[in-house]
Amino acid sequence: MDYSFVPTTCPYCGCGCQMFLEVLDGKLVGTEPVKTAGMNEGKLCIKGWKVHEFVHSAERLTRPLIKSDGVFREASWDEALGLVAERLTAIRDQHGPSALGFLSSARCTNEENYLVQKIARMAIGTNNVDHCARL
Amino acid sequence: MTNSIAEIEDAACLFIIGSNTTEAHPLIAHRVFKAHDKGAKIIIVDPRRIQLSLIADIHVRPNFGTDVALINGMMHEIVAKGLHDREFIAQRTEGFAELESMLGRFSPERAEEICGVPAATIREIAHLYATSQPSSILYTLGMTEHSHGVDNVKSLANLAMLCGQIGKPSSGVNPLRGQNNVQGACDMGALPNVLPGYQVVTNLGVRAKFEAAWGASPLPAEVGLTIPQMIDGLIEGSVKSMYIVGEDTALTDPDTHHIVHALESAEFLVVQDIFLSETAKLADVVLPAACWAEKDGTFTCTERKVQRVRKAVEAPGEARPDWMILREVGARLGIPMNYDSPQEIFAEMASLSPIYGGISYQRIESEVLQWPCPTPDHGGTKYLHKGSFGRGLGLFSAIDFRPSEELPDEEYPFFLTTGRHYAHYNARTMTGRCPTLASEYSQAITQMHVNDAARLGVNNGDQIRISSRRGEVVSTARLGDIVPEGAIFMDFHFPEANSNVLLGTSLDPITKTPDYKVCAVRIEAA
Repeated sequence: MDYSFVPTTCPYCGCGCQMFLEVLDGKLVGTEPVKTAGMNEGKLCIKGWKVHEFVHSAERLTRPLIKSDGVFREASWDEALGLVAERLTAIRDQHGPSALGFLSSARCTNEENYLVQKIARMAIGTNNVDHCARL
Repeated sequence: MTNSIAEIEDAACLFIIGSNTTEAHPLIAHRVFKAHDKGAKIIIVDPRRIQLSLIADIHVRPNFGTDVALINGMMHEIVAKGLHDREFIAQRTEGFAELESMLGRFSPERAEEICGVPAATIREIAHLYATSQPSSILYTLGMTEHSHGVDNVKSLANLAMLCGQIGKPSSGVNPLRGQNNVQGACDMGALPNVLPGYQVVTNLGVRAKFEAAWGASPLPAEVGLTIPQMIDGLIEGSVKSMYIVGEDTALTDPDTHHIVHALESAEFLVVQDIFLSETAKLADVVLPAACWAEKDGTFTCTERKVQRVRKAVEAPGEARPDWMILREVGARLGIPMNYDSPQEIFAEMASLSPIYGGISYQRIESEVLQWPCPTPDHGGTKYLHKGSFGRGLGLFSAIDFRPSEELPDEEYPFFLTTGRHYAHYNARTMTGRCPTLASEYSQAITQMHVNDAARLGVNNGDQIRISSRRGEVVSTARLGDIVPEGAIFMDFHFPEANSNVLLGTSLDPITKTPDYKVCAVRIEAA
């Protein structure tokens, strides 16, 4: 039996509550507030206490999907990423960089947001990059 | 936030406007309760009888979309009674003469005519805010999600500078940010006008710095498109393709029919997400992402504090962390992406963003660091604007009242306003799949005043049809006195009764933020 508590930050609102994810044999089984540090002072809201419940949902996406004739089929990473790179490049070459737009995510990490804007600006050549902050 | 969350509890007066803090930011509300216990005066400005209004010393219920009039009325009284901070105004600000001249036209009596709050109450809250030491402002999307959201926020900045209630502990202008890393996404330059660290794309020197560090050919110099502009571009044909990461645009943007039509118009749509969202269903390629519990990284919370996210479990199937997917996409598009870990990405970002310059994975293991933190020996910044503002002097803006763009009329006689419910989060992508939360709150509910319901023959729990100029939905009526007469409140958590179907696309002229808080609707028994 492998049992551990992993300290992390709550993924919901902007409070930044500190929590432990309770892991039993590779699966999340619970959430506990961090009591020794953090602005949440050993407390969590109902969403935070139950945040582990969605992670192992059977509805999670597990394979890349490509739509052909209006229907999704599973694809390899190599095929999906190849198609993405090919189509983005073709649209940029044909219509110019400003014909592409990137929506980054307030749900993702800093590092991931950094990469999205770097790809938009450096690889495509557009400042058309935004996220939901203005919504 | 200009201040830290912990500072809230030591304010002498909290002016909380457009924030249903107990439901949207529960652990910040906890600090408001502590402040109340310590004797702070609590002023709540909200048309609804929200939970915090129960502990408020004064609960002010302005007409929808009239906050600028209310704040101008308060400032008129403050200046008229000489309660403003003359020394702060003289040393730290500019533009006061223009503000003062505009305020001459905004007596509390005139403000009352617009916002419906009695002039005597406007005077009372003005005195309370101006004379308590220190006072602090908390606000949320109830201020910003308006067609005049920038006016609202600038008015709050005016009020704080007028009274010198900013740039000191427990005193400032504090937007409570709604998403775990919306602060960080802004900081990272996921915005059309700035590179990481709010360095503007139109500045040649800034671009040169990033071009050199990245080994890039010239970076684009023109400000890019905002989300609403990209959506319109898809319909007009000027935008051909979108790459959407972790956002259910189809459900969460206003005027759903318009959004879905736009996304369907895309020549090529990529969606990277953890579930097959409504937006993902419209995509040409869907890339399965790891969720936050399955990857390493950092989030920056509303008090500008950078905190670790740590991998606890493996992602399902072939799902990958977003940073790994993006690394591969970038490489296939021909740019160097030589990162072995999120830590390396963070270090590159920090080296290029002065406000993050002194922050590292190593330091946040043991230190609480809030930006700006420019150097490795800097301890971070608990509150902003001590001694000076970002631009030097704080700029007053003389802002006249401008009504919301769509107000009730004979055909659509009710105000619709929207917000979050405590057990759910936005489109319920995550909370809807947590059984405990789903059982806590399992269907869309529309709050309605008992007197309106009596007039329309609606009973508690009845199905009602709500229609606007954009569309219609059916929801369940919950009667009470939380909303004022003539208004309804809907959450935006349930696709089957999504308020975004009803909302319009009127935008703030500067930020292009849509008005999620005021539109006109009609109600009938369904």
